Amino acid sequence: MSSNHPHITPLKTYFAVFATLIVGTWLTYWVAYKDFGWLNTPVAMAIAIVKAGVVVLYFMHVKWQSKLTMMFAAGGFIWLFTLFAFTLQDYWTRDWMPIYK
Amino acid sequence: MSSVDATGLAHHFEDLEQQREAATLGMWAFLVTEIMFFGGLFGAYVVYRTMYPEAWDNASNQLDVFLGAVNTTVLIGSSLTMALAVRCAAKGNNKQVAGFTFLTLLLGLVFLGVKVIEYKHKWDHHLMPGPHFELNGVVGGHEQIFFALYFAMTGMHAFHMIIGAGLMLWVIIKALRNDYTPQNHTHVEMIGLYWHFVDIVWIFLFPLLYLLGKHGHDIAGAATGGH
Repeated sequence: MSSNHPHITPLKTYFAVFATLIVGTWLTYWVAYKDFGWLNTPVAMAIAIVKAGVVVLYFMHVKWQSKLTMMFAAGGFIWLFTLFAFTLQDYWTRDWMPIYK
Repeated sequence: MSSVDATGLAHHFEDLEQQREAATLGMWAFLVTEIMFFGGLFGAYVVYRTMYPEAWDNASNQLDVFLGAVNTTVLIGSSLTMALAVRCAAKGNNKQVAGFTFLTLLLGLVFLGVKVIEYKHKWDHHLMPGPHFELNGVVGGHEQIFFALYFAMTGMHAFHMIIGAGLMLWVIIKALRNDYTPQNHTHVEMIGLYWHFVDIVWIFLFPLLYLLGKHGHDIAGAATGGH
């Protein structure tokens, strides 16, 4: 039991993450009113993924967890990607085959 | 019944570190199922937004961006106070754990309160999907699908927050009993993981629901080579 040293994250790391999340929110809001054509949603999602990333790594401590926990966390997002890939390869390609219209 | 020793170690674990590792892994396994659960809703969102891009811009513009942005900030703040509560638990400072958890609970309730105001507004303006749905003088329309998903996604998110609020009360009670030690505070750590996960869901919901119609163009049409 003496081998148990809890990881104490420095306060300034938490405040830096908080600042990143606030700036990210502001940035999301700001770019939403700019016209990037079809890129608007990808830009918004890129910012959201960065925000989610810092939450997972720092607030959720994944950065300091075992490799096995990291694999579990990453696995969630890999399966999510699979769900999207297989759903959208159907719905987004239906227009390519006029016979199914 | 209880086979847990004075340090909080259950009999089937070698030591507290192994117990904590098992709990963390179990919690992440649960969160993966949560990611997939919300993933289904996000998947439905992408499919229908692709089918009816104009209706989605139109419907999204009915949402109050200011309230959405306020709630995003409130929720990020609650994630910070939650992280600070776990940090205090790791130092064995139970009083501060109770304090920061109470702040987290308070911010969570502010979020839910704003959500109530928003839902009431949508209800009053006939934006609830169903026979009375009406937008810009048109009864029915594909905007209903957006609102069906808006209520499903934000509703499931709010439901998770209500459960989270209950968990916060549990943490506060345990902290007031001085239950957390630097060696064993896995309880508050796992509840923290849950709370941060709920925050992450909202990080995606905010731009996808509130901001998509603000710039005039739409990704969805472009993605399929539609209009």
